[in-house]
Amino acid sequence: MRNAETVLEVDDLRVYYATPQGDVKACDGVTFDLRAGEILGLVGESGSGKSTATGGVLRTIGSPGRIVSGRVVLDGDDILEFGDEQMRRLRWQKLALIPQGAMNSLNPTMTISAQIADVIETHEGRQPETELRERILGLFRNVGLPARIYSMYPHELSGGMKQRACIAMSIALDPKVIVADEATSALDVVVQRVVAQTMLKIKDELNVSFIMIGHDMGLMAQVVDRLAVMYSGQLLEIASVADMFQTPAHPYSEILIDSVPTLTERKPMRINEGITHDPRNPPSGCIFRLRCPFAMPVCAEERPPMTEVRPEQLVACHLWQKDENGEYVRQAV
Amino acid sequence: MSDKLFDIQNVSKIYGPEDTGLVALADYSFTIPTEPARIITIAGESGSGKSTLGELLLRSSPPTRGRILFQDVDIWKFNEQQKREYHRHVQAVFQDPFGVYNPFYRIEHVFDMVLRNYKLAPSKEKGRELTEESLNAVGLRGDDVLRKYPHQLSGGQRQRIMIARATMLKPKFIVADEPVSMVDASLRASILDVMMNLRDEFGISFLYVTHDLSTAYQIGDQILLLYQGTVAEHGNAIDVIGNPEHPYVQLLIDSVPKPDPKKRWPGEVELPAEESFRTAAATGCRFYERCPKRMPRCETENPGRYDVGPGGHQAACFLHEPGTAADESREPANVDAH
Repeated sequence: MRNAETVLEVDDLRVYYATPQGDVKACDGVTFDLRAGEILGLVGESGSGKSTATGGVLRTIGSPGRIVSGRVVLDGDDILEFGDEQMRRLRWQKLALIPQGAMNSLNPTMTISAQIADVIETHEGRQPETELRERILGLFRNVGLPARIYSMYPHELSGGMKQRACIAMSIALDPKVIVADEATSALDVVVQRVVAQTMLKIKDELNVSFIMIGHDMGLMAQVVDRLAVMYSGQLLEIASVADMFQTPAHPYSEILIDSVPTLTERKPMRINEGITHDPRNPPSGCIFRLRCPFAMPVCAEERPPMTEVRPEQLVACHLWQKDENGEYVRQAV
Repeated sequence: MSDKLFDIQNVSKIYGPEDTGLVALADYSFTIPTEPARIITIAGESGSGKSTLGELLLRSSPPTRGRILFQDVDIWKFNEQQKREYHRHVQAVFQDPFGVYNPFYRIEHVFDMVLRNYKLAPSKEKGRELTEESLNAVGLRGDDVLRKYPHQLSGGQRQRIMIARATMLKPKFIVADEPVSMVDASLRASILDVMMNLRDEFGISFLYVTHDLSTAYQIGDQILLLYQGTVAEHGNAIDVIGNPEHPYVQLLIDSVPKPDPKKRWPGEVELPAEESFRTAAATGCRFYERCPKRMPRCETENPGRYDVGPGGHQAACFLHEPGTAADESREPANVDAH
């Protein structure tokens, strides 16, 4: 994956929400890249800024939010510079979204096929009827939906089928990047597994890249290639999913991994309180220091920069310092 | 006093006509002892009937057939006094810790309402004391939360406040319907810990309704797994989840995402193109259409519940019927375990 081509580059993205008491920095200097044919997981608690960060990428931030600065480079273009019309053409075609609660985002008064046809014809103009039908049935096959739902309405489908219909819609114009916002979190485990399998299959067959937003570390372990951890608007760590679970570098990543209940061992649960500071008045220095079990004086003074402490593992934490050989090691506290 | 808190006798809940309607719960019997307090988990997917049982116990709707006894009295034959007592002893905590609050009132309003409705405290000071006690039981302090508005608290804190509200009435039983599913995964432990604490310190039993098997495994004493209104398997949570015997439960447990990228889901699962509705007229095992191990008889005969392990571990599957080929490798079943 290391040498894979980068399809999307997000550089120092800042999205703020205006409130009477000052700005909330919901996405505060987020930098990551997305590579061809990978699934990048974006995890964090409610309010950590996952959806805001991807909203910045998709340019769907509405008032009172605004994109303050940063670059989002797709195919060599900084799309934050794009006008509305350019952006409209880009959506679905290069950059698609499977929204949160996607199954409730379908129009209840239109059949599934008509809604997919709508996406295609809005971008590519009127299509011959038989070709359009074949194309939509092909999309159904991609996501494992039977042809007989062609003229069905959303209420006639189960949650998992609706979710897969949304995935079919997202791949209708063969995009490069799909943002899946909590795409499986409202589903039963067996259905969740089927939808996740569908995403993996699509990724391999169409070589599309996903940003998958979620808060379930178990699901992330099953599905993603790399994992980015967000906390209160900032990225704290990004690494391959194997490294993240085996050797998490940030104390917060450790907490997230530790708090997943398992089915193999009963153990005392790790109790967390969630984001506790007022987002309008974040702590100085490291954003996580108020909850960090290892906070040091320096953490109140400086925001730690993202540093590559192991190959392909970047972390924003003062615990990591260079030793005499120039290697990064985590300080014992 | 009766040693049975609840005695659920052959209860069915059918929506629609009794002979052709939709079966949410089929001929279900279960007893919940007064002591010791325990956490009984009801798990299953959407539409399995798991919430229906909670609703029946909360007296939200009467069973179609069968009886539910609370301390030996049929809950649908209560007089007014008994009804009032019952609603004090049996409390509920629901899924959405965001929707249950009126956003215009401070948190203290939730407690003041209960104090007033049940005339729990003769004075304001006493009321404040009771409120503080119940908040402490869920790991919160009045000074930190009572003057706040709901939006100023996390989902986990809000849900714990709902549990504190319920405990103020010193209930014997709390129906907790998906209490953690809308709360962040990393914050769920705080709520589950409170439930275990109330069980151990205050002797409150829980009916924990969930679709999440990993939390059920962590805190549940007993577990019942429902599929389309019927019990597929039940027993001690550790036994059932550790050694599932029903093909449906095996599929379910296999599908829970393991937090280990080195142990990814093996193979592909398929979902049925469409699920047939379980009408009262239908016969045969409900899982027939999806079962990888189905046999001809499963289509027409209803399996009983057969012993598959210690502690009342039973599965409703012909594979475990005593005397069948599949059962031969097994220890002789203890018929009285039920």
